[in-house]
Amino acid sequence: MDAMLTVENVTKRFGGLQALESVDLSVRAGEVYGLIGPNGAGKTTLFNCMTGLYTVSDGAIRLDGTAIQNRKPHEIVGRGFARTFQNIRLFANMTALENVMVGRHVRTRAGVLGAVLRGPHTRAEEQAIRDRAQSLMEFVGLKNRGRTLAGHLAYGDQRRLEIARALATDPKLLALDEPVAGMNPNERQQMGELFLRLRESGITLLLIEHDVKLVMGVCDRVAVLDYGKKIAEGIPDDIRRDPAVIEAYLGGTGA
Amino acid sequence: MRNAPEWVRRHPGFAFAMLAVLLAVLPFAVGAGLGRGWVRVLDFALLYSMLALGLNIVVGYAGLLDLGYIAFYALGAYLFAWLGSPQFGLHLPFWLILPLGALLAGTFGVLLGAPTLRLRGDYLAIVTLGFGEIIRIFMNNLDAPINITNGPQGINLIDPVSIGGFSLGSRHTVLGIQLFPPTLYYYLFLAFTLFTVFVAMRLQDSRIGRAWAAIREDEIAAAAMGINTRNVKLLAFAMGATFGGLAGGLFASFQGFISPESFNLMESIMILCMIVLGGMGNIPGVILGAVLLTVLPEALRYLGDWQRATLGHVVVDPNDLRMLLFGVAMVAMMLYRPAGLLPSHQRKREFRAEDGAAEQEQASLYDAKA
Repeated sequence: MDAMLTVENVTKRFGGLQALESVDLSVRAGEVYGLIGPNGAGKTTLFNCMTGLYTVSDGAIRLDGTAIQNRKPHEIVGRGFARTFQNIRLFANMTALENVMVGRHVRTRAGVLGAVLRGPHTRAEEQAIRDRAQSLMEFVGLKNRGRTLAGHLAYGDQRRLEIARALATDPKLLALDEPVAGMNPNERQQMGELFLRLRESGITLLLIEHDVKLVMGVCDRVAVLDYGKKIAEGIPDDIRRDPAVIEAYLGGTGA
Repeated sequence: MRNAPEWVRRHPGFAFAMLAVLLAVLPFAVGAGLGRGWVRVLDFALLYSMLALGLNIVVGYAGLLDLGYIAFYALGAYLFAWLGSPQFGLHLPFWLILPLGALLAGTFGVLLGAPTLRLRGDYLAIVTLGFGEIIRIFMNNLDAPINITNGPQGINLIDPVSIGGFSLGSRHTVLGIQLFPPTLYYYLFLAFTLFTVFVAMRLQDSRIGRAWAAIREDEIAAAAMGINTRNVKLLAFAMGATFGGLAGGLFASFQGFISPESFNLMESIMILCMIVLGGMGNIPGVILGAVLLTVLPEALRYLGDWQRATLGHVVVDPNDLRMLLFGVAMVAMMLYRPAGLLPSHQRKREFRAEDGAAEQEQASLYDAKA
């Protein structure tokens, strides 16, 4: 399988703080790739570098062979790489459906003139945006919540809505930052099923997660970050037994 | 329409017809009832409605605080004066100058926006405030070495709008009815205001409008959802500036005279207050704000006559009182109706968000424990 996303030697410094140190990763097309590590290991920092919210201090990030490091977030989304946020960032005062419709922005064209004249082309596009958003709401299991304000949705539904909104950008690679954080076991299981359905629909998934059980159950391969360095990468079974990983998670001096 | 009264929703055609008749006879009713001076006030109410609707695109839709909006009004007005007055001896037709003025203002909107829109909130406000002052000071000083703006004296004898030889600047008698310039301009301004309302409505309910709302809600999330935030914000700036320029041109031809004095910081703030008072982001609210803040100060002038009549002399100059009342009104607004007199649905929610956020936190804590 080809590598869809490669991270080569990526370093990120905030002043004197080294948040990422020469991190290498490679995510293959069609897999579910997990990124785990203790708090403060640099997982979200790496996500932010990959999706254009941070510039990298050094190194390269390639999506299908094209360098995307230090590109603008909207360009990266345009190339088919979408994300969600650890601390949910919905447009809280817009309806759930409108949130997803915003996600279609990058795949639609209507400008000021189209908006003002509202010709047949613009109307058709607007209807297509609405239909697509509605079907994505159904896909993530929010069929009847379209008219609810995003901020009024239950916590778990907000997480799903964020995924629907990201899906609206037609990603081939979707990065989810702790998508099951704060969920109960039942919701976690449903979320796990959603991930598998996403993979079936041909989307490559990149997952930051604390819940080791979920990661081990869903991911094809896993990388472990600790203090900004990758300390392990491989299939879940190997990772589980890796002494460096055990030490990072359990602490201690490797007794 | 969503917050329209029940009978309007049931008979939209009838409601629109009533509104049309009301708007059509308004200048005559006002002229007959309150005197011809008030028709001018009406004209200004429409001009300010246009300005407020334009600024509302920037502030209400995209959430960018612009304190120098009046500069675009000034640019439109000066362009009209340059191309339609004895200043350079040019007398181009208004249908050419007005779009040019709008274009010039829109271009300046982009020029100002390009370097400054990476700033947020207060910083953007300060830079735009500076821009507004710079334009005014330029207009004040560009009378030497080459006399472009005629400095503080301003430009006089600006051509009135004239449609196929029918000048709006002079008196006409049509079907036995005397039409004075303020009445004629009223209809012109009404047409432009309706045009502005139409464009603003269409923009709000479009792909672009959603992108603006998304940026206002959460700029980082908007960028991460593929919105080119810089361009979309620039677009808001340019659209707002364009309407400012258009209104400026109309103002210049209506007044026949412009000077830098008309474009000071206080004007920018007034227009912003119209939006805040009426209801940011909501078109009827913005118009209400513009009309109230144009009409009320004029009405206050009667206080002077009233004092003279009852007390024999003027104790408090209504002009001083105006600012005081204005301040009190703004404070009261912020306390009792922070989202404005006619808030948009979304704004109402945003101002309620504080309670909502607490609820939300409760809910997520609960989820986490479960």
